[in-house]
Amino acid sequence: MSTDQYKQSFWTKYIWSTDHKIIGIQYGITSLVWLLFGFGLMMIMRYQLAYPDTPVPIVGALLGEGGLLPPEMYNSLGAMHGTIMIFLGVVPLAFGAFGNYFVPLQIGAIDMAFPKLNAASYWTYFAGSVIMATGFFVPGGAANSGWTSYPPLSEIATMGQTVWLIGMVMLITSSLLGSVNILVTVIQLRTDGLTWMRLPIFVWTQFITAFLLLLAFPPLEAAGVLQLMDRVVGTSFFMPSGLVVTGEVMTNAGGGSPLLWQHLFWFLAHPEVYVLILPAFGIVAEIIANNTRKPLAGYKALVYAMVFLAFMSFIVWAHHMYITGMGTSIGAFFQTTTMIISIPSVVILTALLLSLWGGSIRFNTPMLFALGFIPMFGIGGLTGLPLGLAAADIHLHDTYYVIGHFHYVVAPGTIFALFAGIYYWFPKITGKRTNELLGKLHFFFSLIFMNGVFMPMFIQGLAGVSRRLADGGQTYAHAADVIYLNEVMSYSAWLLGLAQIFFIINMVISLFGKKTGEKNPWDATTLEWTDTTSPPLGHGNFEIVPKVYRGPYEYSVPGEKQDFTPQSKKV
Amino acid sequence: MDIPYTVKNRPDTGLYNGKLGVWLFLASEVMLFGGLFSAYIFLRTGVDDWPAGTEYLDVPLATLNTLFLISSSVTMVMSWASLKLNDFKKYKLYTLITLLFAFGFLVIKYFEYSAKFAHNPPYLPSTNNFLGIYFTMTGLHVLHIIGGILVIGYFYGPGSKMWNSDPERFTNRIEIVGLYWHFVDLVWIFLFPVLYLL
Amino acid sequence: MSELTPEEVKHHIKTYVLVFIALAFLTIVTVGISYLDLGHVGGIILALIVASIKGTLVACYFMHLLDEKVTIYWTLIATVVAFLILIFVPLSAMLDHARI
Repeated sequence: MSTDQYKQSFWTKYIWSTDHKIIGIQYGITSLVWLLFGFGLMMIMRYQLAYPDTPVPIVGALLGEGGLLPPEMYNSLGAMHGTIMIFLGVVPLAFGAFGNYFVPLQIGAIDMAFPKLNAASYWTYFAGSVIMATGFFVPGGAANSGWTSYPPLSEIATMGQTVWLIGMVMLITSSLLGSVNILVTVIQLRTDGLTWMRLPIFVWTQFITAFLLLLAFPPLEAAGVLQLMDRVVGTSFFMPSGLVVTGEVMTNAGGGSPLLWQHLFWFLAHPEVYVLILPAFGIVAEIIANNTRKPLAGYKALVYAMVFLAFMSFIVWAHHMYITGMGTSIGAFFQTTTMIISIPSVVILTALLLSLWGGSIRFNTPMLFALGFIPMFGIGGLTGLPLGLAAADIHLHDTYYVIGHFHYVVAPGTIFALFAGIYYWFPKITGKRTNELLGKLHFFFSLIFMNGVFMPMFIQGLAGVSRRLADGGQTYAHAADVIYLNEVMSYSAWLLGLAQIFFIINMVISLFGKKTGEKNPWDATTLEWTDTTSPPLGHGNFEIVPKVYRGPYEYSVPGEKQDFTPQSKKV
Repeated sequence: MDIPYTVKNRPDTGLYNGKLGVWLFLASEVMLFGGLFSAYIFLRTGVDDWPAGTEYLDVPLATLNTLFLISSSVTMVMSWASLKLNDFKKYKLYTLITLLFAFGFLVIKYFEYSAKFAHNPPYLPSTNNFLGIYFTMTGLHVLHIIGGILVIGYFYGPGSKMWNSDPERFTNRIEIVGLYWHFVDLVWIFLFPVLYLL
Repeated sequence: MSELTPEEVKHHIKTYVLVFIALAFLTIVTVGISYLDLGHVGGIILALIVASIKGTLVACYFMHLLDEKVTIYWTLIATVVAFLILIFVPLSAMLDHARI
């Protein structure tokens, strides 16, 4: 290859790279570090919840006097856990890392449409995440008004909130650049013969996710700017008149509305839920088709369901706001749309489940995680239905039930799918295999302890235990009967942390292992497996840019010699 | 290997990458300013006494500014058309005029802002929500103007060398910059009546 | 737009000048209207109509939206839908709040 003649230093090759694969790996490593960090915050919080007012071991010295976790800091950790997991961890991993690395490969493109913009997007994300982290070192600690940053609390909060807002504006800018790039890449750079209905589902999910990010994130950027103005310049966009804080009337002009923030925030944050889940669907679909050795059930239904899901996600946001005193007519509207949006989700899950039917399933590590995803996401989705109906939501709002619900969607849901993706594509990225035994241990222990953490939350929540209680409900009458579960959940969380060691060890020893030289170890059909080496060529990805002649999941086609027919195989 | 369709149009979409990219970027800009307009409506309808723009703002100056931006928009599109006609000198001329109008806009904006601050009592963003949203929206718009000036300035100066090496690509770039610049104009066309006249 | 002949470009330029005149005229009109006493709602509606006409002119002629490709149209339709939701739904929700 002519491009290999370029002499590149370490810095230009690995740090300031414009190659989509390197940028994908940069995104992947950064976001995994953040995921671990965010999880670490939660393990500290779980200690406080299980054993309130006892010094936290190991990291106690970093926290406060005598190793105790002060309540303000508990709030900080909670807010930052949410922010880090969603905006610095899962989205960059699902969209930045997987999207960057595999969308160009799967559509037969030599790179993203705008490589420099791609690098800019990563570095903006990186800078934003560093800014977010500096919040821990400013007076008063990091943002402590919840990841939702509801005013007026966030308006009178300590300086960490300002840092949070600046970090958010940068992260939004980064995801904006990334989504423009993915959209243009998919629309413009599909190789010859790769029509829309021949796209792998993974590409579809990334494409739709990019649209959601493009259109839903800017209103939060606007809201972030408004909140920054409130905090820095002293405007009153979210400050009502006559607000009294600890006995004193606030001196600002007033006339603003805290609800305005909630509307703008949830206008993003509901589509954000689908930003979290759609790439997971895509990864799971790829792996299920590959490991059942048969085509996905209902490819077109999947695509249409996802497009419909994306559209509906723009008109359901106020179901997060039932307890704001919403009138019945608007409430009815949002309850209806919320019930409707569960239909495409069920279509997608059903298609994935039906794909298993009659397949000769290979139970390797990626497949186990993909299979684990289905029931876990199912629990997360179904427990969401009562929250979509105002009558039930008014009781359950802000209880641990809600926490259990969305964690089932994101943690054993999306994160399992992301693990599945890492195990599935690891041979492509490195040319090496992961250890199956360690992978399986990682899966089974994660599955058990994930449920150990999140299942009791439903019980506590139904009993009426509120979220964001720094003492885990010690002083809370509702909690008396269910408070013993705090210890169960905390132990599960720490054991879940230990289970991740299998993953880390597996990654490290596999990285130092021997190259297998296999191009297509899973016998897959899509272009990234069939037409490139593992790992793919530095610049250009393909020896010869492939052409596409058939759909993405032609497994076990009758009359073919092999049980998989590559997309690039001539008809 | 080069990335395809950076200059030529992809046959089935009829677009080159940059043009699609800038339209998508503008789509997100619509949502950004949309969020602010939504906030404006929300705040305005939420209170009983919303001041009229004329109480605080200077309509004649803003009218002049509107004319400046419209003029800069037309000279921008003329500079692109000049490139299409292979007339580089005219391109330079029109781009220069565009830049002058844009600077004119900033100068007038500066006088407007400083008049507010110098007023007794000063009109600050914190004075009330009308002034707050006025400063936020026009401030964000001014940032867009400054960004536009930087980019147009680049293509007036050092960036224009590309005309000699790759004229088609250069013309495309000017088209893209133009799209952005017209959008900034478009935002102002709505900001002007909403903030000043209603 | 890369396949334009010089004649077509010259024709375009005539259009640009006409659009410019229209925009300038409408700017004067909208300022003029604001001095008339049309009542609160009437004034708002008329000003927004004039602004929309101006916006449409800029988008259709300066941004060449009239002869743009179908991909761009689809993108913009999605954007307009999202924009309308963003503008009107919070508003209706808030008005609904007021009534409870």
